[in-house]
Amino acid sequence: MANLKAIRIRITSVKSTRQITSAMKMVAAAKLRKAQDKIVRLRPYANKLHEILVNLSQSLADAEIENVYSRASIPEKILIVVVTSNRGLCGAFNSNVVKEARRLVADNYYEQYKKGNVEFLAIGKKGYDTLRKMKFKIAAESNELLNDVTFEKVSALAEKVMYGFVRGDYDRVELIYNHFKNAAVQQLTTEVFLPVESKPEKGKASMPADYIYEPDKEAIVRELIPKSLKIQFYKAVLDSYVAENGARMTAMHKATDNATQMIRELTLQYNKARQAAITGQILEVVSGAEALK
Amino acid sequence: MKIEIITPDRKVYEGEIKSVRVPGKKGSFQVLKDHAPIISTLESGTVYIVEQDNKEVQFDIDGGVIEVRSNKIILLAEAVK
Repeated sequence: MANLKAIRIRITSVKSTRQITSAMKMVAAAKLRKAQDKIVRLRPYANKLHEILVNLSQSLADAEIENVYSRASIPEKILIVVVTSNRGLCGAFNSNVVKEARRLVADNYYEQYKKGNVEFLAIGKKGYDTLRKMKFKIAAESNELLNDVTFEKVSALAEKVMYGFVRGDYDRVELIYNHFKNAAVQQLTTEVFLPVESKPEKGKASMPADYIYEPDKEAIVRELIPKSLKIQFYKAVLDSYVAENGARMTAMHKATDNATQMIRELTLQYNKARQAAITGQILEVVSGAEALK
Repeated sequence: MKIEIITPDRKVYEGEIKSVRVPGKKGSFQVLKDHAPIISTLESGTVYIVEQDNKEVQFDIDGGVIEVRSNKIILLAEAVK
């Protein structure tokens, strides 16, 4: 049986670890709530924009809404945007994204990869570090973005990506991020950011009022598409940020539970060892007294 | 009539107003009560709102869209300074 002092030291160290993990859990929970509020605030804007866009594009023929963002070509140059986190201790959050990125490259873009035409845009230090170690080509990184996720900063980055697409630096842009389902569940999501697939959307088709359009329908659609792209990008980053804090909260919760369990076991072990030592000492005293008779 | 000014980050303004002047793509225009339904894109510029008590409020927006329908105005701005 391990000696008393060693066990005591271990109990102290596990206790202090538990304190840290439970504090981190609280911090993650607070950040999670704040970030969720942001998503809620984004919703009215995103919904309205979407509504206008859907209504407009339904009244236009497909050919008319051809635009620079829906250039259909055989994808030669690929940009993969991976959204991870800046900090660890959030379970499999980051490694899932990286795994998915590798799978995507191996399954869909192996040809392009061999020619060196697959580039990454890393948002989040963890993904950046891992991908760099794997010798992937990283076009840019944008880690400080996650310190404070605002629409302004994210849309500036989205604009850069969109500009790269328009200029022909990339033929296809994919987004990989964790979608926040609830605090315990993150759903890995891969979506095509560019080109825009002009899918005929069904559903609420009616535009009840007869609108005046200024300047005209096509111009409005053309102007709204980049806006909605930026929103899509922002949503992905924000979603990932929320999911990160959810993942960290869950991971830290589990760690705290494990530490509590461990302390219980160690305390038991400590008491057993203490009792054994006392028994041994009594035996010694008794047998010593016995010998003196 | 009611107006809401929304950006992706927050709701900037909401309230009952008398009129609003916005920087439309084809020139600035004013929306009064019972304006015909309109959807218009906006340039960067200033939005002037006259509130019920004739107080004037203004916002600098960085492009956006406005939708007016049955005395309800929704203004989506990308950024408000």
